Amino acid sequence: MMKYVVLFSALLLSQLSYAIVDGHEYIFDDGSEVENENRAQLFQTLAQELRCPKCQNQNLSDSNAMIAGDLRRELYQQVKSGQDGESIVNFMVNRYGEFVLYRPKVNGMTYVLWFGPVALLIIGLICLIVIVRKRKQSVQPAEPLSEAQQKRIDQLLAKDKGDDHV
Amino acid sequence: MKRWALFIPFIIFSLLGFLLWRGLYLDPKDIPSALVDKPFPDFALPTLVSGETKTKSSLQGDVHLVNVWGTWCISCKVEHPFLVELAKEGVRIIGVNYKDENDAARQWLIDLGNPYVFSVDDEAGTLSMDLGVTGAPETFFVDANGVVRYKHQGPITRGNWAPLEKIWQSLVTESKQAVQP
Repeated sequence: MMKYVVLFSALLLSQLSYAIVDGHEYIFDDGSEVENENRAQLFQTLAQELRCPKCQNQNLSDSNAMIAGDLRRELYQQVKSGQDGESIVNFMVNRYGEFVLYRPKVNGMTYVLWFGPVALLIIGLICLIVIVRKRKQSVQPAEPLSEAQQKRIDQLLAKDKGDDHV
Repeated sequence: MKRWALFIPFIIFSLLGFLLWRGLYLDPKDIPSALVDKPFPDFALPTLVSGETKTKSSLQGDVHLVNVWGTWCISCKVEHPFLVELAKEGVRIIGVNYKDENDAARQWLIDLGNPYVFSVDDEAGTLSMDLGVTGAPETFFVDANGVVRYKHQGPITRGNWAPLEKIWQSLVTESKQAVQP
């Protein structure tokens, strides 16, 4: 409790910003007020977008694997010292490969991943339009009525008219 | 519509089914190393036993296995006896003692034998981070020019050494050919 009181008063008094990731607070106080706020946000974003290389389906902020803890610390140091997001992402990719990116870069290897769903949707739409159009064309115009049918209709209509006078 | 066109959905289904079925048998932990075919990262770390500082230059000139290990790592204990055997057969192994207690690590080498030419003490995990290590044991095949050529995750044992030995041998032959002309 005391910790939070101290933290809160520190927040009021100074220009630091902080991010809470995995129950720990990470304080950013190396730059100006705006810079610190941006860094805290960058840290939060990257901790969520970078994948723990050890565990398959957790990001850095979720995982409690040893390597994830180390990488959180590394990430914190780099963000705190004012590195930009791109160079931090490159740092991680150079060591752990594209695997660590939950939001993979757009390149030759990931075109299918990025644009595949849209392409499938478009193909689906095209198929739908083609099918609907074909159906429309293939609907036959109604056959003309036979003489007997026409006569019956006339009779019925005539009868109907008769009723109106009642 | 032509008759064959009726089979298109079935064909798409079969292709998808095949892909998913293949996916069942792929190892999701088999992540290609980002470091393969790149130079081994620079480092300057003390060795575990003598305390002398070693750098990347000690990797140059010979083919090496760089084995990341720790006393806290159970699989390392599994592979250790085989590493000792390999060292006896003349495979040069360099250890990276990853986030470990030095005393425990030294005792381990005394108790279980020391297969390493030397082990550097990577207590902070900096070299291991540059290597993209995600856990131990991991073993890097480094050629005579100090370039990482292959990475093996998990223990090396008699059972899985055969394909790895081929890689090792090809690197050794390559280094000899480079010297001769």
